[in-house]
Amino acid sequence: MAFHTKKTRSDDETVKAPPSRSLTRDAMRRLMKNRGAVAGGIILLLLIFAAIFADFVAPYSATEGDILNNYAAPTAAHPFGCDFMGRDVLSRLLFGARISLAAGFVGAITAFAIGVTFGLISGFFGGKTDNFMMRIVDIMYGFPTLLLIILLMVFFKSSFSVSGVAGAGLRGVLSNLDRSMGGMFFIFLGIGLTSWLGMARLVRGMTLSVRNTEYVESARAIGTSRTRILFRHILPNVLGPAIVAQALQIPGFIQYEAFLSFIGLGVNPPTPSWGMMLSQGYLAMRSHFHLVLWPALAISITLFAFNFLGDGVRDAFDPRQTR
Amino acid sequence: MAVAQSDTVLLDVKGLVKHFPVRKGSFRRVKAAVKAVDGIDLFIREGETLGLVGESGCGKTTAGRSILRLVEPTKGEIVFRSRRMAGGTAGEARLVDVVKASRSELKALRRDMQIIFQDPYSSLNPRMTVGGIVGEPLLVHRIARGEERKKRVQDVLGAVGLKPEHMKRYPHEFSGGQRQRIGIARALVLDPQLVVCDEPVSALDVSIQAQVLNLLEDLQREFGLTYLFVAHNLSVVKHISSRVAVMYLGRIVELASTERLFADPKHPYTEALVSAVPVPDPDYSVDRIILQGDVPSPVSPPPGCHFHPRCRYAVDVCAKDAPLYRDLGNEHFVACHRADELHLQPIHDQTSGQPGGAAA
Repeated sequence: MAFHTKKTRSDDETVKAPPSRSLTRDAMRRLMKNRGAVAGGIILLLLIFAAIFADFVAPYSATEGDILNNYAAPTAAHPFGCDFMGRDVLSRLLFGARISLAAGFVGAITAFAIGVTFGLISGFFGGKTDNFMMRIVDIMYGFPTLLLIILLMVFFKSSFSVSGVAGAGLRGVLSNLDRSMGGMFFIFLGIGLTSWLGMARLVRGMTLSVRNTEYVESARAIGTSRTRILFRHILPNVLGPAIVAQALQIPGFIQYEAFLSFIGLGVNPPTPSWGMMLSQGYLAMRSHFHLVLWPALAISITLFAFNFLGDGVRDAFDPRQTR
Repeated sequence: MAVAQSDTVLLDVKGLVKHFPVRKGSFRRVKAAVKAVDGIDLFIREGETLGLVGESGCGKTTAGRSILRLVEPTKGEIVFRSRRMAGGTAGEARLVDVVKASRSELKALRRDMQIIFQDPYSSLNPRMTVGGIVGEPLLVHRIARGEERKKRVQDVLGAVGLKPEHMKRYPHEFSGGQRQRIGIARALVLDPQLVVCDEPVSALDVSIQAQVLNLLEDLQREFGLTYLFVAHNLSVVKHISSRVAVMYLGRIVELASTERLFADPKHPYTEALVSAVPVPDPDYSVDRIILQGDVPSPVSPPPGCHFHPRCRYAVDVCAKDAPLYRDLGNEHFVACHRADELHLQPIHDQTSGQPGGAAA
């Protein structure tokens, strides 16, 4: 080829050489300056730690109680008291963090995977495909999410979780899976199936706009294949904002789990979930207020932490949006 | 007549048409068409620079992109003389119709025909490093990999005035002029024959424009490039082109060597454009021809000559028949019924060819 190395031809545009910094590192720096976000992050790290090491951190079992300690008030031995079966509330809270975080993260990952794939295909292929796929989203959007998720859970619970159904077939497999996860599996499924719609719309919109940029056009001018354009040019530019948007949805998923468990459509009884602790505690709320106080506080603090961190991350990645 | 470096015609465009359908209503039926490019003929010789000028919306950018088939042409023939696609016999060039090229042929053609974009901010992927951007063509065409690819990228970065260590940086760390150099490097790394420059300097500061134009000229000499230079700035086009084509509402109204076009414009629209070029002399006053009205919509262009509603020389026939695009001799092409009888005003001699003048 005709190129030969020659002296650079920089003219008078001064070429400074500060250490290279990527967009991500810039965003991290802005994030660390945001006190609310840092506090949220620390709380979340503690929660994640508690959830992972609940077996070692928790002083008592979460599922087995001591009948003599029914409704025990907070003492040195049981700092948060005991519930109606004499189970240690602190231990149940710590194990409950597992359920809440799992619902938040797995729900987010499921919704993200479905939403991004759907939106990317819809936006990239455009035309009739796009039209058809977006009408599906519109129709599902028209249905109230909460109602849909309740219906789904009722359907799952009634047709899959029947005791005695086991062994062969999809039904048996799903049922066993759900039971072995303490009722979590259907919560993941329910959240995933109802919560990808917003993500699909967002990703489709971004895909449409990225698809029309000049750098995608230049990739076509080079002769880049469609697959490579999709994965190397469009996806990386769509992913960042999509992750941030998805992170902002996590508290919603935690709420769904708490709500479903509260109304009895969530986890199966011995499993310690904050929502279930609330629903069991409110029956004795007048005389034993601590049974409601701690799980309610745990839920609020977790949601606060997620919201502060999520807002911080969004602002860090898009400084123009900050007030 | 400005004789180009070679007499070989590299690109021959015949009757190129690009209509964008306008769909309306619930069934999205085609109701009309935006006639962005409405039948243009032009050819470019090897090693020359053909300027393509016109107002915003006249179809010059669409024309440039149709030639690369970045937008599918509706009709027409684009014959390209490819050095690489010679079918077997070494050294022989092969004539390929870009419009009819198959997928694999088109991909091979991409090595020969490249494009430089107007906006250096949106034409570089913000998530890729400079090395990734400039090296991608080599990867896609499986030309070089690993160390060799790195070396080729560094060579071409050097050729456009950037440094090898810039490879690891991201586009947002560069100024507009530097970004445009990255875009130029990406176009050149495949060693193309033809480069479509789509307003490559109009988004840059005036002080940077001259640098980038000089760079383009240097590169043309060095690598024997042929340019189709699309622009709306007449001063820039005058500076860089050996021949100039003037477009109005999807058609070429005049095409001639740069000197002839400016010294002896044959089309009233060219005359008006030429009179709008600013002269850097405060005492000089020119009879500036101010065109009345706006450019008509390309959805329903006026009948006959597209320019007749704004033309001060228009006669009856102009509204009825579209003028023939013909050669007046010496490759001075014009599409005007009255080209032979009119004596139009040339540009003032002192006008410098410096870029940075007002837009036409």
